[in-house]
Amino acid sequence: MTTQDKTMEVRLIENGTVIDHIPVAALFKIITILGLDGDTEHRMTIGTNLESKRMGTKAIIKIADRYPAEGEIDRIALFAPQARVNTIRDFAVVEKRHVRVPDEVRGFVRCANPMCVTNHEGVETAFRVVAEEGVPVLKCRYCEKTTRRF
Amino acid sequence: MKSLISIGDLTREEIVRLMELAAEFEKNPEQRLLQGRVIASLFFEPSTRTRLSFESAINRLGARVIGFSDATNTSVSKGESLHDTISVISNYCDMIVMRHSLEGAARYASEVASVPVVNAGDGANQHPSQTLLDLYSIKKTQGTLENLHVMMVGDLKYGRTVHSLLEALSHFNARFTFVSPEELRLPEEYRRYLSDRGLVFEEFEELDGRMEDVDILYMTRIQKERFNDPMEYERVKNAYVLRASMLEGTRDNMRVLHPLPRVGEIATDVDASPKAYYFEQTRNGVYARMAAICYLLGVKV
Repeated sequence: MTTQDKTMEVRLIENGTVIDHIPVAALFKIITILGLDGDTEHRMTIGTNLESKRMGTKAIIKIADRYPAEGEIDRIALFAPQARVNTIRDFAVVEKRHVRVPDEVRGFVRCANPMCVTNHEGVETAFRVVAEEGVPVLKCRYCEKTTRRF
Repeated sequence: MKSLISIGDLTREEIVRLMELAAEFEKNPEQRLLQGRVIASLFFEPSTRTRLSFESAINRLGARVIGFSDATNTSVSKGESLHDTISVISNYCDMIVMRHSLEGAARYASEVASVPVVNAGDGANQHPSQTLLDLYSIKKTQGTLENLHVMMVGDLKYGRTVHSLLEALSHFNARFTFVSPEELRLPEEYRRYLSDRGLVFEEFEELDGRMEDVDILYMTRIQKERFNDPMEYERVKNAYVLRASMLEGTRDNMRVLHPLPRVGEIATDVDASPKAYYFEQTRNGVYARMAAICYLLGVKV
């Protein structure tokens, strides 16, 4: 395969989104966040264990004609704080965004505390994102406990 | 509308104000400031002492109490959600005092309720009125909350009263000494909390011989169920017992506090000491709760 063939893959998207610099371990979380596992509509390419100068290995997601909402991008940031979200129009990158770790996360993540009211009463979870030794962790609005794995 | 869910919700100024109000109620306990009001006391989980303290406070303020002392004969046992129970009961009263076994239940209830909610304990999480009575006891016996040396002994890992009290005292430049077995040491989260605020603390595993410059000795119960190994519990239990002889050489102003119930961690020979304060401490609970209720309802005292 020539170098040109490899770039052809990227250029497959005329309009859409490329999410680059995803840590390999976070790829499937991000697929879930974006609901790509059940997506029968958009054309997409998912690559993983790719070489990366900065990260060693990385994963990449390319989706045609889909533009993730701000809320989705915030959630991606929790798992892949160094990801780049590139918007493609007419085969060209028109916007390159660094993701931003949100201050608050609602729903989606479960509280790790089995005695938390959110695990018993059908309450939507809500967390404050705080840094613990540089790593984002989630502090539950209800039980006030910290969820470190999500 | 304001609820009292977590001690962290209160500013330093609010704590100071609540102490003033509690002192006011102690001077003059029969103030029927809440005549005609109804307060719901919802104990989804039984706690006789806390419930009676709240209900005494409510009665002294002239309000009436409705509610239940455990959830077995209520719609909760039929499977009604907390959301629905709270939505309905908010329509019957001016305030809800609630205790629940689930952590975060009170915060959730305060989002659902159309009246203020007072957390009377949500599982292992928070019990802010206990902290207010601890603070009021400290204020009364020391004359101030500022710059005190507080020694906390026993279960510092799971003891919610310990965590809430140190959080509250962090507003007042306290110095801490923590005494506990390794397995019940103060969690990293709280050690970091104190360090981040520049507060000084030391940690020890032995109780003996460290009390000469302590102002408040805060004892807690070590619970058997916290230990996997029953032998370990037996060893630890006997290592953290306060005896009257150990109070020799301590400061005159030093007082012994305990959230109660005690089991064996304070020997009964301490009870006769003028430094034993744990029974008076419970009376302060009524004044502290009267203060909190009036403050939240915005009633002028």
